Amino acid sequence: MDDLVEPIYRTDALIAEDIDAYLDRHQYKSMLRFITCGSVDDGKSTLIGRLLYDSKMIFEDQLAALEADSKRVGTQGQEIDFALLVDGLAAEREQGITIDVAYRFFTTEKRKFIVADTPGHEQYTRNMVTGASTADLAVILIDARKGVLTQTRRHSYLAKLVGIRHIVLAVNKMDLVGYDQAVFDDIVKDYAAFARSIGIERFVPIPISGFKGDNITALSANTPWFKGPALIEHLETVEVDNSADQARPFRMPVQWVNRPNLDFRGFSGLIASGAVKPGDAVRVLPSGKTSTISRIVTLDGDLDEAVAGQSVTLCLADEIDCSRGDVIAAAGNPPQAADQFEASLVWMADEALKPGRAYWLKIGTQMVSATVQAPKYEVNVTTLEHLAAKTLELNAIGVAEIATDRPIVFEPYTDSRALGGFILIDKLSNATVAAGMLHFSLRRAQNVHWQAVDIGREAHAAQKGQRPFLLWFTGLSGSGKSTIANIVEKKLYALGRHSFLLDGDNVRHGLNKDLGFTEADRIENIRRVGEVAKLMTDAGLIVITAFISPFRAEREMVRAMLPEGEFLEIFVDTPLAEAERRDVKGLYRKARAGELKNFTGIDSPYEAPEQPEIRIDTTRTTPEDAADLIVERVLGVWSPDL
Amino acid sequence: MTDNLTHLERLEAESIHIMREVVAEAEKPVMLYSVGKDSAVMLHLARKAFYPSPPPFPLLHVDTTWKFKAMYELRDRMAKESGMELLVYQNPEAKERGINPFDHGALHTDMWKTEGLKQALNLHGFDVAFGGARRDEEKSRAKERIFSFRTASHGWDPKNQRPELWNLYNARKNKGESIRVFPISNWTELDIWQYIQLNDVPIVPLYFAAPRPTVERDGVLLMVDDERFRLEPGEEPVMRSIRFRTLGCYPLTGAVESEAATLSEVIQEMLLTTTSERQGRVIDKDAGGAGMEKKKQEGYF
Repeated sequence: MDDLVEPIYRTDALIAEDIDAYLDRHQYKSMLRFITCGSVDDGKSTLIGRLLYDSKMIFEDQLAALEADSKRVGTQGQEIDFALLVDGLAAEREQGITIDVAYRFFTTEKRKFIVADTPGHEQYTRNMVTGASTADLAVILIDARKGVLTQTRRHSYLAKLVGIRHIVLAVNKMDLVGYDQAVFDDIVKDYAAFARSIGIERFVPIPISGFKGDNITALSANTPWFKGPALIEHLETVEVDNSADQARPFRMPVQWVNRPNLDFRGFSGLIASGAVKPGDAVRVLPSGKTSTISRIVTLDGDLDEAVAGQSVTLCLADEIDCSRGDVIAAAGNPPQAADQFEASLVWMADEALKPGRAYWLKIGTQMVSATVQAPKYEVNVTTLEHLAAKTLELNAIGVAEIATDRPIVFEPYTDSRALGGFILIDKLSNATVAAGMLHFSLRRAQNVHWQAVDIGREAHAAQKGQRPFLLWFTGLSGSGKSTIANIVEKKLYALGRHSFLLDGDNVRHGLNKDLGFTEADRIENIRRVGEVAKLMTDAGLIVITAFISPFRAEREMVRAMLPEGEFLEIFVDTPLAEAERRDVKGLYRKARAGELKNFTGIDSPYEAPEQPEIRIDTTRTTPEDAADLIVERVLGVWSPDL
Repeated sequence: MTDNLTHLERLEAESIHIMREVVAEAEKPVMLYSVGKDSAVMLHLARKAFYPSPPPFPLLHVDTTWKFKAMYELRDRMAKESGMELLVYQNPEAKERGINPFDHGALHTDMWKTEGLKQALNLHGFDVAFGGARRDEEKSRAKERIFSFRTASHGWDPKNQRPELWNLYNARKNKGESIRVFPISNWTELDIWQYIQLNDVPIVPLYFAAPRPTVERDGVLLMVDDERFRLEPGEEPVMRSIRFRTLGCYPLTGAVESEAATLSEVIQEMLLTTTSERQGRVIDKDAGGAGMEKKKQEGYF
């Protein structure tokens, strides 16, 4: 241990001398969140272990365990392996690598720190973006022996993309290059050229050894040519613009409406930007209704003012509609609402982006259904080239247009992380599949407004004396969808109901004749059918469709287009063997012979509905009986509970 | 605006934001309440988050029947003060078999706590459970998300965690899944103590030093909290000035000798001490460094 540099702040004398004075000072410390990133073996975990050790966040029992572990599984011979302090999960201790984001905490006399240790493996880019999304500063580690690598570029690009303004270039393992200034200078020059090309104007280079402790807490005698700052000194003093958000116009996404009784209605949320006082004029978006703040309510009493970063409950002077997902904003300077955007996406799932498929988009407290167009381009972060792309695979970064099913309140990401950063969620697996950063709304969305009409959908339905429905038949080819759908329409017609059967082939002759049978085209085909069916239900009609529609996601996309309860998914459940035995159109034979590709049930999957409104077992029910069942449901006589 | 928020104000705002997200998106949330200092802070934050409403979820205490008497007293008092429903669950099988820390070792924790928790969550059908774990407590905690998903059998899959970006939490569950949410993930032990001090958060008096009857076993100081404590031949309770850094089942919780009778003194000792907080607990020591990770995969909170 004697070759370790003695840390300067290992014990804080004030703690022993005057604890209350210490606490008083500690109470007013500010907080810096930062990430460490770099390639495998650049020494990230070692550096963090070192920071924890030097700031006395390591206790004796942990140190004893660390010394024992270092000898048993350490990679530093008989010396302390600081990486073992932070490589938490059993799997990674065995492999000697860090595989997930870990959050660490330490405090110095001036600041409190939260550090995200993020992995250097290419396949774990998503973890780095996760860590960076909440960070004020990034420490980019470089192995002095290796210089700027692909991963260095990738991580720097991501840090910039996620909007981190402060970059530290920590050239690590200087002890292994004999503390050679020329090595350091060359790496800094290399990095500067790359940094400029991605718009990083400034960064602070520091030569360090996480293992030996050089230039971590104090300037090292081993690098007399380096004038500072030491890493900790820089982290303690770097200007973190916590107040930047407070200087911007007031915005608070509403999380929850607080309604303990009839006399109180408050709107709870975390203030995203600006400040608010009782008496301030505010506008609720997207409705645009205005009011004034009457109270700022907390358990500790009403506040005279609240600022960005505080969680509060606001009361308004007027009874206006406001609920979760709305944004309360400065009346004179509100954010925009739009439903079409350009955005950067970082794809985070094994399953690639499916252009046209509907995903959940969460931004602030708003959750909407959204579709992503085929990317405009993918970014090669090594060369910064824009590559043509049809999709985005795991860890790909690209730019694409996004459309939401209703307008969302937003700000460009560069102005506001809170109202410009979003995640995409797969509707079936519920996995978070992408992180996104809104650039701007598309002009066509700004200029296309909903035309208010006097005769609404209720009026149309009332005139026809019926409730509109979309009867969505799904099932294998040859399952009997069209047969039953046709009987249903005849029965409805006979009963004087207004209906329309949207036939797949007919639609492809006209509206969809530009579409082929690629995956993207199939999704677009279903989307257009859904939109047309929606217009027809707006006109009060009972719409009937019969498409194989093999993918749950597409059926759910159409379901989401319609008001709750109007989409009836009818699963015509015929076993594959039975459908193939019937083979009415001879298609199965062709598919088996290899003459038809991507045939559902043969070489393309059919995802059966999990909870269809109506399920028809054609091996037990005749088409006539099935049609009766469906008609009864439409007329409200039958429900699955009966 | 020139005046910035302090780190505690930011942590408080973050925790409140997390709790409100859960209440807005969960079907049936519950707060796990262990009566320790972290639970105390979590409960206080919940009261702040929803004021003037009481927190819109119940408190769940997974009881082992072996907690300190003072913990049961504070538990009942806090439930009353907060206006929240208190659910106490004791694993009936553990009760029937008389599982206790003296005879059953690891089985005691496994049946009362791990199994008891699973049973209680299943019984009530809670889909989200708040827990007071902090990332600075232990290595595998440091890698756990704030919204941490559990399989239908309550297992944790550390390799398959959802990315958590900005303050956007994806609370959508698959069938059978439930979520553990840790609103004070980013707090440290010092933050907890200082927050308790600044906000006058009530905590169990056992955290403060006082003369208490103790015996020393295998280098661990145990408190004789009631007549169920089994004295070994030759053992005689001795009054010592002790306090606890962490609270659990009294026969399993080691005390430290201390004169720290005020919060400031307790914090001072904590900052000057040289052993980590969980060292007083027996639970982390088995299975080497991977003890907690293994327990969590099995469903321990």
